[in-house]
Amino acid sequence: MSLLLIVLLPLLGSLLPLLSSNHRRHQCALLTAAMPLVALLIALREAPGVLAGDVPRLAFSWVPALGLDLALRLDGLSLMFVLLILGIGLLIILYARHYLSTADSMPRFYAFLMLFMTAMLGIVMADNLILLWMFWELTSLSSFLLIGFWNHQSGARKGARMALAVTGMGGLALLAGLILIGQIVGTFDMQTVLDSRDVILDDPRYLPALLLILLGAFTKSAQFPFQFWLPQAMAAPTPVSAFLHSATMVKAGVFLLARLHPALAGSQEWLYLVSLTGLVTMLYGAYFALIKLDLKAILAYSTVSHLGLITMLFGLDSRMAVVAGLFHILNHATFKAALFMTAGIVDHECGTRDIRKLKGLWRYMPMTTALAAITAASMAGVPLFNGFLSKEMMLAETLGTSLLGGLAWLIPTLATVGSILAASYSLRYVRNTFFDGKPRELEKTPHEAPFPMRLPILILAIVCVVVGILPALTTTDLLTAAADAALVGAAPELHLSIWHGFNLPLLMSAIALAGGIAVYLLRQHLFTFHRQFPSRHSLTIFEGAVQRLVRFTQWCIDTLENGSLQRYMLWVVISALGVAGMGLMSIDTLQGDVAMQPADPMVTVGAVITCFAGLGTAFLHRRRLISLIMLSVVGLMASLAFARFSAPDLALTQLAVEVVTVILLMLALFFLPQKTPKESSASRIVRDVLFAAGFGGVVASLNYALLTRPLTSISDFFLDNSVPGGGGHNVVNVILVDFRGFDTLGEITVLCIAGIGIYKLLNRLRLFMPSSDSEGRPWSPDRYPMILASVSQTLLPMALLVSVFIFLRGHNAPGGGFIAGLVTAVALILMYIAHGVEWAQQRLSFQYQPIAVSGVAIATLTGLGSWVFGYPFLTSAFGHFHIPLIGDVELATAMLFDLGVYLTVVGATLMILANLGKVTTPHRPSKQKEKA
Amino acid sequence: MEALFATTTGILAASGLYLSLRGRTFPVVVGLTLLSYAVNLFLFSTGGLTTDGAAVINDSGGYTDPLPQALVLTAIVIGFAMTAFSVILAMRVRGDVGSDHVNGNRIDEPREDKS
Repeated sequence: MSLLLIVLLPLLGSLLPLLSSNHRRHQCALLTAAMPLVALLIALREAPGVLAGDVPRLAFSWVPALGLDLALRLDGLSLMFVLLILGIGLLIILYARHYLSTADSMPRFYAFLMLFMTAMLGIVMADNLILLWMFWELTSLSSFLLIGFWNHQSGARKGARMALAVTGMGGLALLAGLILIGQIVGTFDMQTVLDSRDVILDDPRYLPALLLILLGAFTKSAQFPFQFWLPQAMAAPTPVSAFLHSATMVKAGVFLLARLHPALAGSQEWLYLVSLTGLVTMLYGAYFALIKLDLKAILAYSTVSHLGLITMLFGLDSRMAVVAGLFHILNHATFKAALFMTAGIVDHECGTRDIRKLKGLWRYMPMTTALAAITAASMAGVPLFNGFLSKEMMLAETLGTSLLGGLAWLIPTLATVGSILAASYSLRYVRNTFFDGKPRELEKTPHEAPFPMRLPILILAIVCVVVGILPALTTTDLLTAAADAALVGAAPELHLSIWHGFNLPLLMSAIALAGGIAVYLLRQHLFTFHRQFPSRHSLTIFEGAVQRLVRFTQWCIDTLENGSLQRYMLWVVISALGVAGMGLMSIDTLQGDVAMQPADPMVTVGAVITCFAGLGTAFLHRRRLISLIMLSVVGLMASLAFARFSAPDLALTQLAVEVVTVILLMLALFFLPQKTPKESSASRIVRDVLFAAGFGGVVASLNYALLTRPLTSISDFFLDNSVPGGGGHNVVNVILVDFRGFDTLGEITVLCIAGIGIYKLLNRLRLFMPSSDSEGRPWSPDRYPMILASVSQTLLPMALLVSVFIFLRGHNAPGGGFIAGLVTAVALILMYIAHGVEWAQQRLSFQYQPIAVSGVAIATLTGLGSWVFGYPFLTSAFGHFHIPLIGDVELATAMLFDLGVYLTVVGATLMILANLGKVTTPHRPSKQKEKA
Repeated sequence: MEALFATTTGILAASGLYLSLRGRTFPVVVGLTLLSYAVNLFLFSTGGLTTDGAAVINDSGGYTDPLPQALVLTAIVIGFAMTAFSVILAMRVRGDVGSDHVNGNRIDEPREDKS
């Protein structure tokens, strides 16, 4: 439980500062510091056990289907990072209290900082790969907020965006890599993964997984060639730079290397990829740290360089190198956080970070100068400071590597070169800022910063010195515990001390220091040399790339999605043609094994009429009324076809729908142009005809191929179970209301939604009202035909009776809710047509929307009813009942469901047609005439 | 008979598609309706073309495939809802945009009286 607290307390802490106001800054800082302090105490309480070799673990199942558990662990490696994050985090809170100006929102800053701290703690304590990744992404997001904290500055926004783009992309790669690892091992559990090195290394997916994971780690830790985002992230407030870009976030990448070291390391791929990338980064960063003029840029590039050094150590094929890497993580965090804070003080007090303007600040800020000198000496690798110890270990380990085979001597040589540069830029940082004459062009007279700003640096400097002098006493246990977690088997025995006697690493260290001073003295030659290179700013390049990407996607969108329905249709058709065409090409012959049935004259005549009507609809489409009549012929022929081929239910449905559709389209046509203008170009017509013909050909071939092949169907189940299972003889209806009742429920819901949508569309509809027909003759006033009016009135009760009959027999004979509903709707619509909307409205004085909605409700409730009896949704029950005078009747709950279908169909259909009629009636010529 | 049926479906589909590619709303609605007829016939035929069968349980057997019928039955009703929705959308668009072109282009058309 205490593990969970370590992570959750800072998360809680991200809310606390928001309770405070920006004016009460002490209170805000104290509130923020409380939670991490408690978390640190908890971690310290756990520490003795962890150092003794225990690994407290904690797991809750979270999303078992994804293999995601809320699982935490606190092994030596985690402990080292937890202490680092919480310890330095607390110092940063103290420092930021005085660093932030009153214009900055302190609660917001602290909230982001705490969120970031939570994410970081989550990474180092995660005991599940996916959980680790989740926290990893959270660090990217929260660091985005922190880098862009001064969001009024363009540089901050761009830097934040760049950091997010690079680390976010790396995060996605990492996810892919972790999933691969999870698939190889079969679980995302950290311990199992760490124990499965042999399985992972032998798997063919090892290399892609390794590449993806390294991509994630390298982007996060700003390794070459992804180093460019880190200097841009310096647009952040200095406390953020000190915390994120020295001590923690960029360490997430190297932490990942250490965490997965037991599972992934040991292969040639790991050796070459990791250590060479680290080496290149180390040299690259060191060179630019020497060139840069901005204090924070110098520190940023030196961070890149040191991260490269750590990465190289994790890559080397030596167990002690891993220990050295861990040790350097610790040391680098202490001296680099302190150095950033001194840079912050200089910036704060002098108003500039330009190293050309700053000189001789020791007169004004002696203590800061001393602290900067100590920590920079540690960075340079001067003996008696902690940086020296890990740097010498690093030099020693490069000597023993087998990397590059016969050229292995290159590695220690280049490592020494890197150390020379490190000594040189450290010297430059201190001497050019604090010594070397008097300051020039400063806007204000600098003075020492308030003591609470210096206190964190002082603490860190003391750590640097104490660890540097007494390494064995202070860090051996922690390092051994951490190395235990990062290595397979027990860590090598550690003999940390300042003096190992005269040996090669000591010589290399001496060369580094002496060389560093020499390079510093000769630095002007280096600067002159460097000026030959064209200056290329990474931000400009990155922004240019982003702009190009945006333009490209914009172009894609403009091309594909230009707002033309015709083009969309064409794309849909082309893809349908492609898919169906490929399916057709994969069969050997179009004709299947089943012999064709002979065509009888009736079918032939029907087919010919249908084809002509279909073609007529298309060819005569510019004369819309005729086209519509042709369409209705097709609909009627389809209905006949259903009747001919043994589908009475379909024939009835199609017939009723056909009537409703044609009435609707006629009504709509009245308000649309009567003719379609000639506007398609000849080439477009040719193109469309070709596509349509191709589409028709594919459909016909597909249909023919299907019809001449033997049929296997799952319908036997429905035929067998219709009576015993559904209590109905009409299998189609039983499928609709029982077997596939859920589909029908969805379908009537869609119908109801369509009706409501249309109701909404009709609201405040502006109509184009033709005053004359297409030949210029004025519309005659609408008279309702006498005969139709009388007959329809007589017909109504009969039609309703028929619909009830169809409804009731639906379960056992052709019929059912759909058809009955349509028949009722047609009968009522006939009233509207024969007598006009007003007449009908007076007599049918109810709203149709509630009918449709209650239909869906009844159907749903029927389905839910089966839950009451402990059955799954939409289970039907049926039984035989004896009703006096009528006799035995079979009643099923499916009938209630069918009633819902019936009501929905009636309601939706009338909602559409009656409302359309109602909206349009006031505009009819007859009314206008009457009014006139 | 199968060839005849397939040809008819193909011709209906082709006519429907040609209309759907037109530039004005009404032909597109008519085309979509025609296309849905073609699709319904196609789906229906996947159960085979049975003469004198029925999907009603009786003693003599000779059943037709009920499943495509059930599918097509709902498809017919949904097809109606779709037609209704699109045609009223077309009316609405004409009212709001002033054009019955599917892309919303205001192509000069003989302006009719607006009530």
